[in-house]
Amino acid sequence: MDFKTTVFFFLSAILIFAGLRVITARNPVHAVLHLILAFFTSAGLWLLLQAEFLAMVLVMVYIGAVMVLFLFVVMMLDINLDQLRQGFWKYLPLGAVIGILIAIEMGMVLGSRYFQVLDSEVPGVAANASNTRELGALLSTDYVYPFELAAVVLLVAIVAAVALTFRGPKKTRYTDPAAQIRVKAADRVRVVKMPVEKQD
Amino acid sequence: MLSLSHFLILGAILFAISIVGIFLNRKNLIVLLMAIELMLLSVNMNFVAFSRYMQDPNGQLFVFFILAVAAAEAAVGLAILVLLFRNLKTIHVDDLDSLKG
Repeated sequence: MDFKTTVFFFLSAILIFAGLRVITARNPVHAVLHLILAFFTSAGLWLLLQAEFLAMVLVMVYIGAVMVLFLFVVMMLDINLDQLRQGFWKYLPLGAVIGILIAIEMGMVLGSRYFQVLDSEVPGVAANASNTRELGALLSTDYVYPFELAAVVLLVAIVAAVALTFRGPKKTRYTDPAAQIRVKAADRVRVVKMPVEKQD
Repeated sequence: MLSLSHFLILGAILFAISIVGIFLNRKNLIVLLMAIELMLLSVNMNFVAFSRYMQDPNGQLFVFFILAVAAAEAAVGLAILVLLFRNLKTIHVDDLDSLKG
């Protein structure tokens, strides 16, 4: 077994462990932390495949932004763990059987000699080839419109997330400009008429 | 020798794990979202492996777009989750029945 294969099996063992912990962890915070481990390990596997750009994007964008957002939300919610875990042990045998069946079926197809994927080695790239340059060139020629569309999708997501969770302006120290313009002198000053009283 | 099928089987195992996760955590909305993220990761693994094997960078660009859409999906999903928790004080899936579906 050469070095790359050893690294592959090491990383995939960690990845499968982390994936299993994501779905079985009792505390959702632990689940998010194991999901971060899973993403980090996949970034390592993608580096092994010499897809450097996507590995870096996964670490910076996915772990740095999306997973931290997950972590914040999970920590903000005050949830009843026991209520959320009900049905876990009841569904475990059925779920495990179905999961193992799916994995075995896919493994039989993908690992068999018949489809010849087992013999096909992943080719290496030249030492001076730049994955980022290649993707960047493609992104700014063939994929300009999808790229801009992705930007619009992200913009819509920002607006939607803000619009959903916005609770209106704070009530303290806030002046309504419309009411300020509409005001009349009578609303501000009240002239009180009272008789003169003599001082003793 | 590191072959294409190593990566494909790893992706399949990861996909099966996330399906089991959806089975087991049917009550917990947060873990459901996390299982979907794991599923997208396994699909991305296949895309990257095939892209490197076919020497075709288009597959890697597809992963790039999947990541963008998944980030948007996570942001909107978590915003809905926060809104639900603020209104109902729960994220238990059985309590989310106001649409009578």
